[in-house]
Amino acid sequence: MSQLKNFTKGFIKENPVFVLLLGLCPALGVTTSAFNGLGMGLATTFVLVSSNSVVSLIKNQIPDKVRIPSFIVIIASFVTIVQLVMEAFLPDLFAALGLFIPLIVVNCVVLGRAEAFASKKDFKSSLIDGLGMGLGFAFALTLLGAVRELLGSGAIFGFSFIQGDGMLVFVLAPGAFIGLGYLIALLNMIKKTE
Amino acid sequence: MEYILIIIGAVFVNNIVLAQFLGICPYMGVSSKVSTSVGMSGAVMFVMTLATVVTYLIYNYILVPFGVTYLQTISYILVISSLVQMVEIILKKVSPALFQALGIFLPLITTNCAVLGVAILTVQKEFNLLEGVVFAIANAIGFALAILLFAGIREHLDLMGVPKGMQGAPVALVVAGILALAFMGFAGLV
Repeated sequence: MSQLKNFTKGFIKENPVFVLLLGLCPALGVTTSAFNGLGMGLATTFVLVSSNSVVSLIKNQIPDKVRIPSFIVIIASFVTIVQLVMEAFLPDLFAALGLFIPLIVVNCVVLGRAEAFASKKDFKSSLIDGLGMGLGFAFALTLLGAVRELLGSGAIFGFSFIQGDGMLVFVLAPGAFIGLGYLIALLNMIKKTE
Repeated sequence: MEYILIIIGAVFVNNIVLAQFLGICPYMGVSSKVSTSVGMSGAVMFVMTLATVVTYLIYNYILVPFGVTYLQTISYILVISSLVQMVEIILKKVSPALFQALGIFLPLITTNCAVLGVAILTVQKEFNLLEGVVFAIANAIGFALAILLFAGIREHLDLMGVPKGMQGAPVALVVAGILALAFMGFAGLV
């Protein structure tokens, strides 16, 4: 597989949220606005790129039986770094994302890529795979966040487009499920017509 | 009274799945049949309660005295994953019947963010040990309630004519959204 294909597969064809349905907890939990979605997506991208690179570098040193716990420790270390850095420099975003920052550890996307890709492939492909998948995840979260923000408060990234109150339900919990459901349905339709 | 408030709050008002978005993966993954949902709910309740007790002790008697609370994430996930392994081994030996029922769900629980989430929330809300246990059990009941309702609806959904683009995940997500809407009716109860 060419590296470009390796990079772009995370966006549409194997998008972790829309197609593989992985990492749905943060995808639904933090996407009350486009900015929050983007922040969460970039934090996950950093963890994904770092853990994929480290796992592919030391894959030959890890005994097969303890590989899952070792991967989890590697991932958890990077999550702690994100947690501390974000708390220091972006306290507002940290407060908005709250519980979901430590929960990147159990995001199936991160462990899934470490196990399915980085533990078998070389360093360069693993790094690109992590970057592609991470940005695909960030893309999905930003899109969902933008849709919810637009329908809920008539704005995207805080810039107001529509005057008035908007549909509050899209900012609240039910809107996350319904919004993601229709986004996936839309994507399925586009894929079918291609 | 305090405990009743914790229970009502965790089961209905801040339902762990429908209001807090924790444990969505098993919620979507194993909810196609009512029987598998029952097994998953049992396993979640078991592990969640145990994990909350163990992580509470670790936080208050190891992490806080040594001033290393920033290691919370790493230590919690390690403890939970080894706990799940241990429970699996013990259950296999002590109660093969229970192992048969819960067995395949146990490994999945390590990556169930609800377990880690409840353990972290217990610290954030500054519960004591007993309150933490009640909180964990109540959250597990909330998870069971949400997944059983959802599985019941999904079994009926299989018999319905769903438009092509909406089949599978999209319609399930919309159903979950409507369930969440229904649970919003409990807001303000506590």
